[in-house]
Amino acid sequence: MRRPTETMTPLKKSGPLTNWILRHASTALGSLGRLVRQPFASLMTLLVIAVTLALPASLHLVIKNAEAISGSWENALDFSIYLKMDTSLQQAEKIAALIEQRADVLSVAVVSADDALRDFKRESGFGDALDHLATNPLPHALTVRPSPANTASAMQTLQEELANLAETDLVQVDTEWVQRFHAFLEIAERAGLMAAVLLGMAIIVIIGNTIRLDIQNRREEIEVTKLIGASNSFIRRPFLYSGLWYGLGGGLMALALVSYGLHLIAAPVSRLAGLYGNSFALLALEPTESLVVLGVGVFLGLTGSWTAATRHMRRIEPR
Amino acid sequence: MIRFEDVSKRYPGGHEALQHLSIDVERGEMVFVTGHSGAGKSTLLKLIALIERPTSGQVIVDGRNTRKVSRRKIPAYRREIGMVFQDHRLLHDRPVFDNVALPLIIAGVGPREAGRRVRAALDQVGLLTKEKQRPATLSTGEQQRVGIARAIVTRPKLLIADEPTGNLDPDLSFEVMRIFRRFNEVGVTVLIASHDVALIDRMGCRRIALEKGHLQAEREDTAVDDYFAELEATGEEPESWL
Repeated sequence: MRRPTETMTPLKKSGPLTNWILRHASTALGSLGRLVRQPFASLMTLLVIAVTLALPASLHLVIKNAEAISGSWENALDFSIYLKMDTSLQQAEKIAALIEQRADVLSVAVVSADDALRDFKRESGFGDALDHLATNPLPHALTVRPSPANTASAMQTLQEELANLAETDLVQVDTEWVQRFHAFLEIAERAGLMAAVLLGMAIIVIIGNTIRLDIQNRREEIEVTKLIGASNSFIRRPFLYSGLWYGLGGGLMALALVSYGLHLIAAPVSRLAGLYGNSFALLALEPTESLVVLGVGVFLGLTGSWTAATRHMRRIEPR
Repeated sequence: MIRFEDVSKRYPGGHEALQHLSIDVERGEMVFVTGHSGAGKSTLLKLIALIERPTSGQVIVDGRNTRKVSRRKIPAYRREIGMVFQDHRLLHDRPVFDNVALPLIIAGVGPREAGRRVRAALDQVGLLTKEKQRPATLSTGEQQRVGIARAIVTRPKLLIADEPTGNLDPDLSFEVMRIFRRFNEVGVTVLIASHDVALIDRMGCRRIALEKGHLQAEREDTAVDDYFAELEATGEEPESWL
């Protein structure tokens, strides 16, 4: 086997691209090393960034879960039509068939007076007392599920027309509070977005300030490197990598905080869902959403460090 | 290699550091700039390194008018010049090797080639065995030699030094000057600002003497000898010019 030696084979010169990658890798590692060598200060900065990123991320989760819950309340949109007492079951079924043909109605179910009484006995706890009733005091009723495509005004029209039927005694709608809830979620989503923008600006300021201090501490080094011919981009590079590490580290810690928070409230939430006879499970951040958190962290880190480095570096000129 | 044409430098505040100075340094020369502190030695070097700009006049370095070097081009311009400072200006948070390698890293030289050149430079100043030490663990003379290694590692055509022996005792100073001389012998133009008259006499190079920003006299050792011979012949008292 031939063993290559430097005398036998000419020195392999690494290409410009390899050099470029090596240079960036060593700068990136150097910046990381600097952060690691001051663990307490770095951790404090990272924690501030993490909390600031975790706030909008968890707000987003709250809204997302609330939307998921309200989505499972579709039946709350049903109309209950209580028919007049003198309406027979056959008549009720005929009306139900008529209503079901409407385009703005998905389905209609007939709840006979006997069924209603039986359910009432079971659920109210007055079972024995009700047995003494000579006649059933309850009317026949229809449960109308509107088409999900209905607009708010279409719902209004449907409700009025159902109320105007000759056999209708009372139409009961539960839609209003659901609509209010959706409007509220929309406001919360807007407010959350605005808060996220403000908090993002705070992160830029935090990282910028950290980098500014770093630049002041390394003033001597910057002066010397400028004297021996370093360009501004060469001097800026390690600070940009510091900003990148802050953003990435802060993003990772934010994800950890959010998932720990989810873990803490998962048990009470499933107990609450159990009380409502519901098997609702909390939604966590999806992989793409986690990537967004990290990406935003990195972007803010780079923006903050770029601004600070460019601003403060220019003032340091060798004398 | 270096030409000053009627160069004046006035600092903000009105201090006239250089006034109507014209000098010429040939390629491959080794020249001392002498004078008391405040005579304008440092300003002269700063104009060459583009740390300062002249108020009027032209500074031409290696055929290039420095007035035409824009702010953005200054880094590339400085990479062509080796600079040595009185206080070494080493970075104390990294070993000798990294200090010397810095100009090569800035210039984008690959790690293998850089390592080879750094060792060659350290070898030339006799510090090959100390590459892993921190500058603070070295003696002042050794630190200055690291500074010189850093200045010559990019193989510049011009080497400028501001009081490189300012903090050294005479023996170490002479040793440092001999290192400069060796680079000069292989073709590097060397310009050294110094007020160490005894040492400069020992080196026997041309000197540019400054006084209050003016050119005082430009003479070689032979010129000094001629001057004293003339004094002796005429019987005059020597004028005090040191």
